[in-house]
Amino acid sequence: MKPDQNFSISIKADRLAFGAVFLFEHLDFTLKKNEWTCLLGPSGVGKTTLLRIVADLVPNIKNVIAKCSDNKPLNGRTSYMAQDDLLLPWLSVLDNVLLGYKLRSKQGDRSKALNLLQMVGLSSNIDDLPDKLSGGMRQRVALVRTIMENRPVVLMDEPFSSLDAITRVRMQDIAADLLGDRTVLLITHDPMEALRLGDRIHILSGRPVKFITPIIPEGTRPRSITDTQLLKEQASLLTRLSNASTLDLG
Amino acid sequence: MNILKPAFVLVTLVIIWQLIIILSDVPPYILPPPFSVIEAAVAHADIILVHATITFIEMVVGLVIGTLLGPSSALVLSYYRPARQWLMPILVISQAIPVFALAPILVLWLGYGMISKIAMAVLIIYFPVTAAFFDGLKNTNLGYLDLAHTMGASKSSTLAHIRVPAALPAFASGLRVATAMAPIGAIVGEWVGSSEGLGYLMLHANGRMQIDVMFAALLILALMAIILYYTVDAGLRRLLFWSPETKLNQL
Repeated sequence: MKPDQNFSISIKADRLAFGAVFLFEHLDFTLKKNEWTCLLGPSGVGKTTLLRIVADLVPNIKNVIAKCSDNKPLNGRTSYMAQDDLLLPWLSVLDNVLLGYKLRSKQGDRSKALNLLQMVGLSSNIDDLPDKLSGGMRQRVALVRTIMENRPVVLMDEPFSSLDAITRVRMQDIAADLLGDRTVLLITHDPMEALRLGDRIHILSGRPVKFITPIIPEGTRPRSITDTQLLKEQASLLTRLSNASTLDLG
Repeated sequence: MNILKPAFVLVTLVIIWQLIIILSDVPPYILPPPFSVIEAAVAHADIILVHATITFIEMVVGLVIGTLLGPSSALVLSYYRPARQWLMPILVISQAIPVFALAPILVLWLGYGMISKIAMAVLIIYFPVTAAFFDGLKNTNLGYLDLAHTMGASKSSTLAHIRVPAALPAFASGLRVATAMAPIGAIVGEWVGSSEGLGYLMLHANGRMQIDVMFAALLILALMAIILYYTVDAGLRRLLFWSPETKLNQL
């Protein structure tokens, strides 16, 4: 049972300040249906704030308009995966995965959860508490929990940034596999991650950030790490980002 | 739990106690030797048991009532902002009054019986439990709350499934402190005015120069306090098997 996701989302704001900090100017980008949109930028540029606004986690922000092409509200159609896995330490892996159902006082789909946990290689850990798991395993549980929410739009805030390089690449493959047909907004500071997973990549740099035409990498996700084209683009993105941040420091 | 090490310390202390008596020649009405304390405890076992039961009931009932009242007030405080603004300062100020000073008033109002002692114990226990649980409820990981929000959780289900369990380790430390303090409330209440309980027995024995009985009562009181503490601690440990604090506090 797939969620109905026949819609794109356009996100617009003339200017967005958070507190005294002027973050974005002429913010305007689209999450196309079934595509992965990446926001790539250095830490502190306001990516997380933007994602949290889209996820309806920042109260009293009126000037950012997220409009769905089917004219229904976006609220309630997103699921959220943060940098921190946010597993509840008192719940087993299986109960963590079914947390959303419990919070809504609904019966969770256990067999689907078990199935997904098996797909990410955690079938022998379903009764374990999170603190027994490694960082990569915990993030896989968080990914399964996100998928179990069965929402058309998935918002991910640097979900793999705390993992080691090898685990990160594996997690990107798993995520691309399991969330391949969803509309995804992925925030990252890792050009490689954006190039592997993004259908369109917006570079966020400077203050305030100005949105320019996104980069559209070739091929299908997850793109191979050995792809020479990808490596070349990664180098050029790194150069662009580091130039921008040098200007920022000056 | 390794019982050998604390037992070794205890035996050493008793030996030092005996040594002090041998070396300094203190009269037994100032410091009775350990053996005669145990002798007195056995000789007056029936009387000590009667009074110990009274004190034990006061401690346990006080602890139970305080443990029920504390978290419920903490929930109200954290849930209703007006309650927090109006009541929190009062709660803090109330702690400026030494609870011991209230003992005579409580005895005056609630009588010589157990009720005034239970009230004392509750008063002493209430604040650490309330403050600790309130703190825990206030400091829920914001990430958990974000997650619950995006999952479409209602306020009450977020409370029941996330905020309360997340606050339990803080509540547990408050309860541990409270359990250690519960005997104080009961004993002070008994000192101020009562005709039963270990506190009464100690005063009574003191007045009749039965210092060994006084020490025997003290010994039993300490034993009860220790048993109460370890029972509560074991219960909390079982309840909070998942908490990293539980593992850190492992003796």
